[in-house]
Amino acid sequence: MITFDKTTKTYDGGVTAVKGVDFTVEKGEIVVLLGPSGCGKTTLLRMVNRLESISDGKIMIDGEDSMSLDSIELRRKIGYVIQSNGLFPNMTIEENVMIVPDLLGWSKKDKKERFKKLMNMISMDSEKFGKRYPHELSGGQQQRIGVIRALAADPPVMLMDEPFGALDPIIREKIQDEFLQIQKEVKKTILFVSHDIDEAIRMADKIVLLRGGELMQYDTPSEMLVRPKSEFVREFFGKDRAIKSLSLHTIRELQDIIGLAEFDEGITDTITINVNHDLRNTLSMLLNQEADQVIVVDDEGNKLGAITIDIVQKYLHFEIKAKPTLVEKG
Amino acid sequence: MNKKKVISQIVRYSVYGLVALFFFYAISNNYFGYIFSETSTFLLLVKQHMQLVLLSSGLALIVAIPVGILVTRKSFRRAEWIVSNTVNLGQTIPSLAVLALMISILGIGFQTAVFALFVYSLLPMYRNTVAGIDSIDENLIDAARGMGMKPLQILLRIELPNAAYSILAGVRTAIVLNIGTAALAYVVGGGGLGVWIFTGIQLFDNGYLISGAIPVTLLAIFVDYLLRLLERRIVPEGSRPPQEL
Repeated sequence: MITFDKTTKTYDGGVTAVKGVDFTVEKGEIVVLLGPSGCGKTTLLRMVNRLESISDGKIMIDGEDSMSLDSIELRRKIGYVIQSNGLFPNMTIEENVMIVPDLLGWSKKDKKERFKKLMNMISMDSEKFGKRYPHELSGGQQQRIGVIRALAADPPVMLMDEPFGALDPIIREKIQDEFLQIQKEVKKTILFVSHDIDEAIRMADKIVLLRGGELMQYDTPSEMLVRPKSEFVREFFGKDRAIKSLSLHTIRELQDIIGLAEFDEGITDTITINVNHDLRNTLSMLLNQEADQVIVVDDEGNKLGAITIDIVQKYLHFEIKAKPTLVEKG
Repeated sequence: MNKKKVISQIVRYSVYGLVALFFFYAISNNYFGYIFSETSTFLLLVKQHMQLVLLSSGLALIVAIPVGILVTRKSFRRAEWIVSNTVNLGQTIPSLAVLALMISILGIGFQTAVFALFVYSLLPMYRNTVAGIDSIDENLIDAARGMGMKPLQILLRIELPNAAYSILAGVRTAIVLNIGTAALAYVVGGGGLGVWIFTGIQLFDNGYLISGAIPVTLLAIFVDYLLRLLERRIVPEGSRPPQEL
């Protein structure tokens, strides 16, 4: 758990990068720091492991004031991933991944075992890649190594500074999914910087939207998209924020609330779609007019019903207008 | 085979040819005779030459690399321009003038020659140390700090290994230059193979000239080769420039 308590950063020249930010990252959650460039998101992240000093206010990690801890000790307990992966070219992949365990004085055997386990997590062969050097790997592989390096000593907290920002869109999405899969298993408390709205919606349990060092809104992605608190938030997520919010929901959720349409056996030009598909992609499919009828199937291939643009629209209406606010704010 | 390769082959074999021709010319005129007729003098001069080089390069190594490391520390950054300009000054003065200047301070002899050569070796070593450390990606240092490495650990495990190629290239340049420049030690009575070279010039005796100059050249080539071997051992595989992999 990371708690920000009126955290403020003022540089020597009098520029304030972060202004009295208050929020808490709950244990096992991914909180994405989102905002336009220069909004202070990276500074805020770097204040957690004290790469940037804290001018005023506090940052508590699991209830302990970070300033009361030794900065070296503190950093070894926090995983850190940066955009340019930061792998050391003079070290092999195994040496790179095992840096923090090495600093902490783990035994050779423990390190070997841990490396194997971590490489398994990202489905890379530890024998094959262990002795290689970073430059011999592709960008996507390097970034995966960067992620498991941060996980190496099993730190409870992780800081990720645009970790997937340098990757091309296809690989980025793949690694994001892979990371979410890993997160399900390891349940780290993660603070994640991004400037990519889609990435934030995809990855975040909650989003912190910053502007000029001030916290504009702290909410779940869907709340933020559906009920923006201010004009800035509304504009930041764009006119298509309703469509964006659809990517947070699956056909199954829609089926539970609105229900699907009856499908017509008479129509031959049909395509099928899995019930776990997100609604944003489903809507794109419907708009593309690829077939006269789109039939929803479950994992076993049983036909559950048909889906139409009207139904998606009805669901969206329910989400935005009818649904009561679930989380009490304050 | 492409055009570039053909040209490089032609150049290479022409050089081999010229070298062979030179040796044929020198040997047929018995220009290496002094090495065999005055062997004890020759060995003494070689020994002096090597002492000059080893001592001056060694001193330069001990001074230049630590200073280079020091000025790249955050708290000493401000001192960098003073140090750089001082070292540059040492290089801008012609080597003969450095020697002449040193005579007025240290007198004539071995120590003067060593000091002058030392001053002359500083720049390449210092420059490459600073450039090597500066060229390391800022993100790497950031990552290292973020993972909880201490400053000394960052220096020893990240900065020096990744700058090793550049630092060693500077050391190699300095030592190889030093071997050639050490021939000037004769001018201040510092001994070395320069004694025969200058004797040869003054007496118009090609025998002395070549018996002195060729060993200097061979020594430089040999030392360069040794240092390259050392480089292969020291520089980590991942931090070598791509063409050397």
